[in-house]
Amino acid sequence: MKVVIDADLCQGQGRCFSIAPSIFNFDELGNGVVIGDGTLTPETIELARLAQANCPEHAIFIEESS
Amino acid sequence: MTDKPPVLDFATDFDHTDPQWVNDPYPIWDELRERCPVAHTDRFGGAWFPATHAGVSAIAKDTENFTSRDVIVHEGRPTEVDLPAPIGLAPPITSDPPFHQIARKLILPAFSPGVVNALEPQIRALCNSLLDDIIAEGVVNASMSYARLIPPSVIREMLGFPEEDMDIFIKCVHVITESIDRPEEERIELFAPVEEYFRSKIEDHMENPRDDLTSFLLNAEINGEKLAVEHVFGTMVLILVAGIDTTWGAIGASLWHLAQHPDDLARLVNEPDLMPVAIEEFLRFYAPVTMARLVKADMDYLGCPMKEYDWILLGFPAANRDPVVFKDADKFIIDRAENRHVAFGLGIHRCIGSNLARLELRVAIEEFIKRYPKFELENKDDVTWAQGQIRGPRNLPLRILS
Repeated sequence: MKVVIDADLCQGQGRCFSIAPSIFNFDELGNGVVIGDGTLTPETIELARLAQANCPEHAIFIEESS
Repeated sequence: MTDKPPVLDFATDFDHTDPQWVNDPYPIWDELRERCPVAHTDRFGGAWFPATHAGVSAIAKDTENFTSRDVIVHEGRPTEVDLPAPIGLAPPITSDPPFHQIARKLILPAFSPGVVNALEPQIRALCNSLLDDIIAEGVVNASMSYARLIPPSVIREMLGFPEEDMDIFIKCVHVITESIDRPEEERIELFAPVEEYFRSKIEDHMENPRDDLTSFLLNAEINGEKLAVEHVFGTMVLILVAGIDTTWGAIGASLWHLAQHPDDLARLVNEPDLMPVAIEEFLRFYAPVTMARLVKADMDYLGCPMKEYDWILLGFPAANRDPVVFKDADKFIIDRAENRHVAFGLGIHRCIGSNLARLELRVAIEEFIKRYPKFELENKDDVTWAQGQIRGPRNLPLRILS
């Protein structure tokens, strides 16, 4: 499973990197970025889901791996 | 302010400056959501108010049909002076695409979490020095003596204006925030001394550049050209308007809540790790900022016959109370885990100062409750609320308990 941020939807609300700093960071404009390739482990899935549920712009997506 | 007739029906004749709305708008919004999700008024030359999250979200994100060139609802239709496209009076909040993105990208780095978080020790020291000045014998006006004084000091320092100018700076802030919805001529007259003061500071920074926001704006370039002084001044006005009453309101409303909910206060005192989650619930429940848009052309929208230059009163605080999006929307839940609140807006105009606002709000509450872990409202009826698009308590007498 992978988490991605849709850069067109992200407006830099700042919720993801506050809630889950191990998964998300911010760029120089303050927009959210995924750390590394966004692969989630069983330990990090819940945290990623929590960040997703707090994004006002609905910019976070969790993709099932094929 | 002229005397206006009282509102009898908020669905057809709403007025966000009506005392009922000013004192307690939430029952009004709840009723509108049930009965008439987009309210209308002939006041202000014609305005609409969507009370649902869906309505607010649609308009906030729709820059095709709505312009941001004036974001403060005032009497009458906006004049051409209010609408100097594409920059607007206070870029980028009053700018539309495509200029908006250019103006916004320019200043986003100055408000990024990395830059803003570095201010935490300074804000903490400021809060403590304000608390030191309060003689806590019984009753403290936590709005006037504490919350009100935090944001201007932070912003004055960011702009690199001297500390000894604090009084004149606060005066300028009041002129700007209180004259923003006045008629144009009155506003220009009130603005003159403010503009003179700011121009003198801008000139000083031109001669002696330093590491602050003013020099940052003066050095910024669009297409290889420095910004017009009007753009720099406009952005400074925006930072003052958007960064002061708003955060003041949020800090004040949060303390107002804690004064009436000893259980929530005790939890925050005993579980400091809860603070970031609690801050988001304060922001949802007491979101201080309502924005505005103008309709670009006659159209039917959300089932409403909108006319060119009708106002849209864009109620992010009302969206935050919509039960369709928030479970138990009318309940303050201090450890609410899922909280997609829109206190900082939605879409391309997301509040640029949101990281700073959060930091100020968190540190202000942390330091206040560290100093005063128990307090209550001295007298509920003495609390007064700001009128207009920024909501927050103006008079907030708190009794400090031992």
